[in-house]
Amino acid sequence: MTAATAARTRLSVWLPRLALAPSFAAVLVCVYGFILFTLYLSFTNSKLLPVYEWLGFANYVTLFKLPAWHTALANLSIFGVLYIGLCIAIGAMLAIALDQRIRAEGVLRAVYLYPMALSFIVTGTAWKWLLDPGVGLEQVMHVLGWQSFVFGWIKDRDMAIYTIVIAGVWQTSGFVMALFLAGLRGISDEVMKAAQIDGASGFALYRHVVLPQLKPTLLSAVVLLTHMAIKSYDLVIALTGGGPGRATELPATFMYSYTFTRNQMAVGASSAVIMLFTVMAVMVPYLYSELREQRDAR
Amino acid sequence: MRASVLGRVLLYALLGVFALWYLIPLVVMLLNSVKPLAEIEQGNMVFLPQTFTLDAWRAAWSSAQIGVEAAGLKPYFANSLLMVVPAVLISTLLGAINGYVLTQWRFKGDTLVFGLMLFACFIPFQIVLIPMARMLGVLGLAGTTSGLVLVHVVYGIGLTTLFFRNFYASFPRELIRAAQIDGAGFGSIWLRIVLPNSVPIIVVCVIWQFTSIWNDFLFGASFADADSQPVIVALNNLVNASQGVKEYNVYFAAAMLAGLPTLLVYIVAGRYFVRGLMAGSVKG
Repeated sequence: MTAATAARTRLSVWLPRLALAPSFAAVLVCVYGFILFTLYLSFTNSKLLPVYEWLGFANYVTLFKLPAWHTALANLSIFGVLYIGLCIAIGAMLAIALDQRIRAEGVLRAVYLYPMALSFIVTGTAWKWLLDPGVGLEQVMHVLGWQSFVFGWIKDRDMAIYTIVIAGVWQTSGFVMALFLAGLRGISDEVMKAAQIDGASGFALYRHVVLPQLKPTLLSAVVLLTHMAIKSYDLVIALTGGGPGRATELPATFMYSYTFTRNQMAVGASSAVIMLFTVMAVMVPYLYSELREQRDAR
Repeated sequence: MRASVLGRVLLYALLGVFALWYLIPLVVMLLNSVKPLAEIEQGNMVFLPQTFTLDAWRAAWSSAQIGVEAAGLKPYFANSLLMVVPAVLISTLLGAINGYVLTQWRFKGDTLVFGLMLFACFIPFQIVLIPMARMLGVLGLAGTTSGLVLVHVVYGIGLTTLFFRNFYASFPRELIRAAQIDGAGFGSIWLRIVLPNSVPIIVVCVIWQFTSIWNDFLFGASFADADSQPVIVALNNLVNASQGVKEYNVYFAAAMLAGLPTLLVYIVAGRYFVRGLMAGSVKG
């Protein structure tokens, strides 16, 4: 081997790694390094600015004594359960309906999915005023002559969180529809034909043949929706700003307000850590199995 | 036979009702953005305008009061463009390089590298807000458009890498082997063979990145100052301003304006957007 080819071989080993290095370094620092930084801050006494004196678990104790954090967690569980459940129910129903050789399928699919292409700060503007009793739906009904019509959930401490659910389901159910439709289209024609020859049709065909095959899709949908529910932020900001009072606070809005407006940085950091661990508990096993599946498929 | 006709009718009715439900907010915004304010205040939010006017659009674009300025959305629109164009180009380029390395120049530990980059797409960004604010401060990029570009590139790489990696995974190895035998190296194979065959995934990646960076609120609200605020943050400030008369028609026109770029991209290239969406759910 000449010196020139040896150099080239060495280059072909190092060049690819060198090309990947900047991205990987950026992710290592700005994702994993920053996670460690925030984790450390959550054990300090940081208020307006970071300080580095070790305090132990005090912030977590404070956090779990805060009524606002309890509200945020209670809201997340109400929101999460309804959001995930309704998105899956509506998404699966629409996918099955669209799979019946529908004439305008392409147009309908596009209509169901467009909310995902727009910021909720944009579409939330419409929702916010539609739900507002002074000018929206309630007022419209009054003008139409239905004077006793009342719909003021968005101003009602006990009901406001359900308006977040309505808007969240509106935004994401089309995406779940697309997931299920892809799953349905992935079921081979032979399986369907065989089941039909065996006499399965209509409801029974779906109950016994189609739905069991959609289990992996269902799992993906639940995992992705859980992660989206925990990260929900724009929804609350655009619709209620966390109000009335703190009635619609979620962990994401709690973290922001404690860190940046209430100058309780360490408490904010603790809440971010809890959010991260919750997301990890769902996403890590999922991504791990996806990656393994892909490797095995190769 | 009659039962199945009835079934079809019900099926279409169901699909139609849901289509209406999804369209309501868009229709409400559009209808009310071309009405005079008085008409909305009377409780006509869901009806056709009696008087058609583009005043609200004009106000939203160039004279609405946002923060201390009364210059409408126009300057923030420019901020968004200045942020989104470089961020999309850089993150797409890096994703293409990474995907190429991770599939065609595999090395020991590459799956771990990819796994770490992939997980980065799914973290709640609250966990990086505080240190990122510090880092931007240290770099002198706090409150600047360049700072936002950096943030969007860093947290976009994971997904762009995923797009290209999944696409290149099925790229014919023989082509690359043949080029290697002909003496082509890492860079020239990428430029001459891989890149020209990547147009579909580049389109998917650019459209996805454009949409998500344009629509971002959290990073814009956290790291921009008044001079570098993206349009989505400005829209939120406009709509949630606590003082003054509530100019619903201007709010709706502003929302339409801020949403128009991504809506147009969706209408023109929705197919690619949906592909990006599905690829983001990991199953390729």
